[in-house]
Amino acid sequence: MNPLTYARARDAAEAVRFAGARDATYLGGGTNLVDLLREGVERPAALVDVTGLPATITKRRNGGLLIGAAVRNTALAEDRDVRTRYPVLARAILAGASAQIRNMATVGGNILQRTRCAYFYDIDGSRCNKRTPGQGCDAIGGFNRTHAILGASSACVATHPSDMCAALAALDAVVHLEGAAGARTLPLTELHRLPGDHPEVETLLEPGELITAVELPPLASGARSAYRKVRDRASYAFALVSVAAVLEVKNGRVKDVRLALGGVAHKPWRAREAENALRGGPATARAFRAAAEAELDAATALHDNGFKIELANRTITAVLAELAGRK
Amino acid sequence: MKNVAIRINGSAVAPPADPRVSLLDFLRETLHLHGTKKGCNQGACGACTVLVDGERIVSCLALAVQYVGRDIVTIEGLAGQDGPHRLQQAFIEHDGFQCGYCTPGQICSAVGMAAEARRGLPSHVTDDLSARRIALTRDELRERMSGNLCRCGAHNGIIAAIAETYARAAE
Amino acid sequence: MSNVEGSGRPTQHEGAAQQDTSLTRRGVLGIFGAAGAGALVSTFTGPPGVGPVSLVSEAAPEVLVQRGSGWVGAALSRIDGPLKVRGMARFAAEFALDDMVYAALVFSTIAKGRIATLDTGAAEAAPGFVLVMTHRNAPRMQPMVPFGPNEKAAGNDNLPIMQDDRVRWNGQPIAVVLAETQEQADHAASLIRVTYEAEPATTSFAQAKANGTEGAVYFHHEIGDAEAELAAAAVSVDATYRTPYQNHNAIEPHAVTVAWHGDELVVHDASQSVVHNAWSLAHILGIEERQVHVTSPYVGGAFGGKFMGSHQVLAAAAARLAGRPVRLTLSREGVYRMVGGRALTEQRMAIGARRDGRFDAIIHTGTATHTRDSPHPEAFPFVSLSAYATGSLKTDLQWAFLDQVANAAMRAPGEAVGSFALESAVDEVAVALGMDPIELRIRNEPKTDPLNGAEFSSRNVVKAWRDGAERFGWAKRNPIPGAVRKGEWLVGMGCGTASHIYNRENGGAARLTLTSDGTVTVDIATHDAGMGTETAQTQIIAENLALHPDQVEFRLADSAMPGLVAGRGSSQTTTVAATVVEAKKMLVAELLTLIRADSPLAGLTAQQVGPRNAGLAKLDDPTRHETYTAILTRAKRDKVTVEASPDEPTEMNERSMHSYGAMFCEVRVNAVTGETRVSRMLGSMDCGRVINPKTAASQFRGGMIMAMGLALTEHTHYDERTGRIMNPSLAEYHIPVHLDVPEIDVIWTGIPDPHAPMGARGIGELSVTGTAAAIANAIYNATGKRIRELPITLDKLM
Repeated sequence: MNPLTYARARDAAEAVRFAGARDATYLGGGTNLVDLLREGVERPAALVDVTGLPATITKRRNGGLLIGAAVRNTALAEDRDVRTRYPVLARAILAGASAQIRNMATVGGNILQRTRCAYFYDIDGSRCNKRTPGQGCDAIGGFNRTHAILGASSACVATHPSDMCAALAALDAVVHLEGAAGARTLPLTELHRLPGDHPEVETLLEPGELITAVELPPLASGARSAYRKVRDRASYAFALVSVAAVLEVKNGRVKDVRLALGGVAHKPWRAREAENALRGGPATARAFRAAAEAELDAATALHDNGFKIELANRTITAVLAELAGRK
Repeated sequence: MKNVAIRINGSAVAPPADPRVSLLDFLRETLHLHGTKKGCNQGACGACTVLVDGERIVSCLALAVQYVGRDIVTIEGLAGQDGPHRLQQAFIEHDGFQCGYCTPGQICSAVGMAAEARRGLPSHVTDDLSARRIALTRDELRERMSGNLCRCGAHNGIIAAIAETYARAAE
Repeated sequence: MSNVEGSGRPTQHEGAAQQDTSLTRRGVLGIFGAAGAGALVSTFTGPPGVGPVSLVSEAAPEVLVQRGSGWVGAALSRIDGPLKVRGMARFAAEFALDDMVYAALVFSTIAKGRIATLDTGAAEAAPGFVLVMTHRNAPRMQPMVPFGPNEKAAGNDNLPIMQDDRVRWNGQPIAVVLAETQEQADHAASLIRVTYEAEPATTSFAQAKANGTEGAVYFHHEIGDAEAELAAAAVSVDATYRTPYQNHNAIEPHAVTVAWHGDELVVHDASQSVVHNAWSLAHILGIEERQVHVTSPYVGGAFGGKFMGSHQVLAAAAARLAGRPVRLTLSREGVYRMVGGRALTEQRMAIGARRDGRFDAIIHTGTATHTRDSPHPEAFPFVSLSAYATGSLKTDLQWAFLDQVANAAMRAPGEAVGSFALESAVDEVAVALGMDPIELRIRNEPKTDPLNGAEFSSRNVVKAWRDGAERFGWAKRNPIPGAVRKGEWLVGMGCGTASHIYNRENGGAARLTLTSDGTVTVDIATHDAGMGTETAQTQIIAENLALHPDQVEFRLADSAMPGLVAGRGSSQTTTVAATVVEAKKMLVAELLTLIRADSPLAGLTAQQVGPRNAGLAKLDDPTRHETYTAILTRAKRDKVTVEASPDEPTEMNERSMHSYGAMFCEVRVNAVTGETRVSRMLGSMDCGRVINPKTAASQFRGGMIMAMGLALTEHTHYDERTGRIMNPSLAEYHIPVHLDVPEIDVIWTGIPDPHAPMGARGIGELSVTGTAAAIANAIYNATGKRIRELPITLDKLM
């Protein structure tokens, strides 16, 4: 880890001001960043600790929730409104990492966590376009069982590892930002980028821009939501494929559906093809499977990860069928 | 001293000057509190688990300077004046360890876990997210303790010790 | 059966293969330890009956018939428990020495070639920098000495350590940086810039096989014409089974704290081999063995991964250059880069059977990855040598040589992966015959060792099967694959035989001191990395000397103590037990010399007395008794000390000696996702006398859980393009977590082995064998899918 300075910001304005320093980066719970610092993947000169920023969850007048970026993952999953009204989010968080890490990790940090691609981490021994633009990608011809099947490029096949973000994507969450140029909002589904030719650019954040909050719009009273994570051991492993779904069925037909996938792409993957195929149609297992296949039609497999396509198909189908069958 | 020191097992300690120092290394190398173990330094094994204001964290991914003003309890601080914590005794009785290296982390983690369960925090295997009371079944304990790896394979003894200590009270 | 006799003493072997094996009998016995050495031993040491009478045949009746204080067999809680649960047991990286500096390592990023440039300037200018050691300034040292002919050697390779610019594997340490803090050392190490002149390296298994494999002569056996018998068999299975690279992943990373005091070196080590390491360090550094003192009282898991390594050497050499004590803790990545694990295997497993189930042919051959310098053969065919009665048998082990870190012995090396193939194939034969797999195994139960006709010392695996089947509810199993479903989950049961060779080391020696307060201290340079050595041996000593365990202090893991007893081959308990039995005999003889005419024991001989109630008594008249305290007090002695070494371990020369187990498993396989969960497990063991049921049960469970990882999740990602391990991390190398582990039931026959010290055979590695196959067989029963490649991840079941 390079020598660096540390400052604790009291509020967002101070954080943004601190972050104006050269090579500064925001530090949340540290569960990803400290690891990346130690590995030498991240080499900032200054850390701006933003865990002292507001960590509150407040109800909006429209029935939605505004979640401070410094809210810890555990606190978010524990919140009674989240548990009862947005179970997909509570489930996704509880499926992630370990209890200790959830106690440390912040909402903002979770959103900005970086890929677990082994070649990205191996700064001495492997090539990675995300780490060193133009260097090449050793994952494409290497171990890529956990890598992307959707939206990847010839430059990068990494995935975004967050469980929480898949749920936020399905919930149409909106991210509140603050930077030197002022405040703005972005839909979570637009915050992260696909790799294209520039996998080193992972989000639309401006330099020094800070996530201050995440807003959840209200859910229709008839909507049911669920999260299912498929992984290599029973707990404490990243998703091979995960599915976050919000489904509203009326009279046997899909009134509304929102579907997002984790573990399959460079960003939390909102499955709009599948949603379009389902909306207004019958809520049957056959229709769910057809919608899944419509979404995965664009999927491409690397050497090791072809199974993820069928796994995603099956998991989407099962999650939707389970939701449709719920009272 | 509250805002410039870290409280560790009840004593106020000045944080390290170098912000790179993890809470884990601060405990082990500066304070010589070696009970907190370094297994992976990657946040992947849980051997370094300590309690911060009663909540369990992995101290390897915690920069010590971030914990100024917080109250840290390590395995060394768990036993009371009158002897070991009852969970420590249960680990001995149920043979909840072999080599003993993951043990302090397992024990600290279980103490934090019990507090989480008492206040009704659900887990990945909890059926009813809205339930206000958590029944600490074996699977609940296993899921909640899954952030603590054991390579010797003392899992059954660990869970039995925790169940004896906490499960009945919570149910 | 040409090769049975032909594979005699290693010294008879000439030619190229010999060097590769470099595996003398000592090596075979010791390391792979376990790996079926007994079957070999019986061929090495000539026809049955000529070996010397073992101590055991003499000692066993005494030990077995006359109970001491009853501590053997008691479920004692671990003696080191109170320290460990409070975090007070001090491990190797927890000794803080005055003026100590911290080390960080730089690893090579190519598999083969030479270092072209090495720029340490920026590192030397970094804050806190103390010293950098590379091949340019490292002291001149001898190469590592691998396990082999030298009984004190315990290395995994024979390579020079930072002596030249050669790179021999991807991940080799090429620089050591010392600094005032670990953070500073890590940072300075990250500033070292290296370029290489790479040379063509063999980093893929296919390429290594194409380069030509070499046979491991000790593992080639032929009885009859197995190929012909297989071809003629009514029912046969002939398939390829594959197992991946795997790593030990003890939770404590390798660590060492070293200090020089003049020319004397003190080493706080994390080791399974303290005396070996002291000798190795002395030899490599060019000093006398007595100048090196290695201790390792607590070891945070080892599993075969913590013998002599190059990190101890690097720390000692750097400490000498710097003139300051050094702490070197391997990062988790460093453990993967510097310490090998299980080799990759590709096994042909074939069984030919008659309609009634009797086997006419067993063929177990194939290839394991290897390095030119490794002493560890990953001898998977071993497990097939003594398992089943068969009309014909063929085993063979080929090595394919790669440029990679030398593989190491990992818990039940060879047998863990070999038993996956054998016990899966037996299940396949049972399916083909429509026969219950337990009945098939019992039908092929051998009366004598199938390889050489030697008698079994004690083999009750049939009882283990019967007891286990009843307890597990095997009768409820539906033999039709895929027939049991609960919701999304397909449920199946499977089983497999565990077996592990009995082993006892030659180097047992103890110093026993009895003091006039009636307490005894026993020093043996043996090890406890979690096996429960300290507790079990305390019980054995208490039993033998008729003392309470509180009156016994068992001290271990110090190279200044007697004994050459590495923690390997599941042999520590038997080795130390034999030593304790011998020490007891010497103590009794010594005490009798102190007996005076006014003692109730006056005039009795060693044959007439034995320990009773914290003293000695006449065996057939316990009223003639005198306490140890009284004997010593009367003789005006503060203490009596004896040093004992047992006779050579020859009990296995005349017999086939193994521990056994019947392993049962129930799995659930998700029909949607292919995820497998083990829902129930039972180990029904036959391992002789169990010294401590509490610690033994934990050992068995631990092995089964490690085998669960072997079967389902564990896989070291070795990138065949570069020879680089890509998941050097506990996050991406998946060992089982709590939620993966069900309640595991363990029972045992409890039948003492009349030929083993204290009637006990080894248990440390036993349950790692057979279990992976039981899981795979259960998956077949659940799904109808026969997976012959580990780990059985969900993609293989979709």
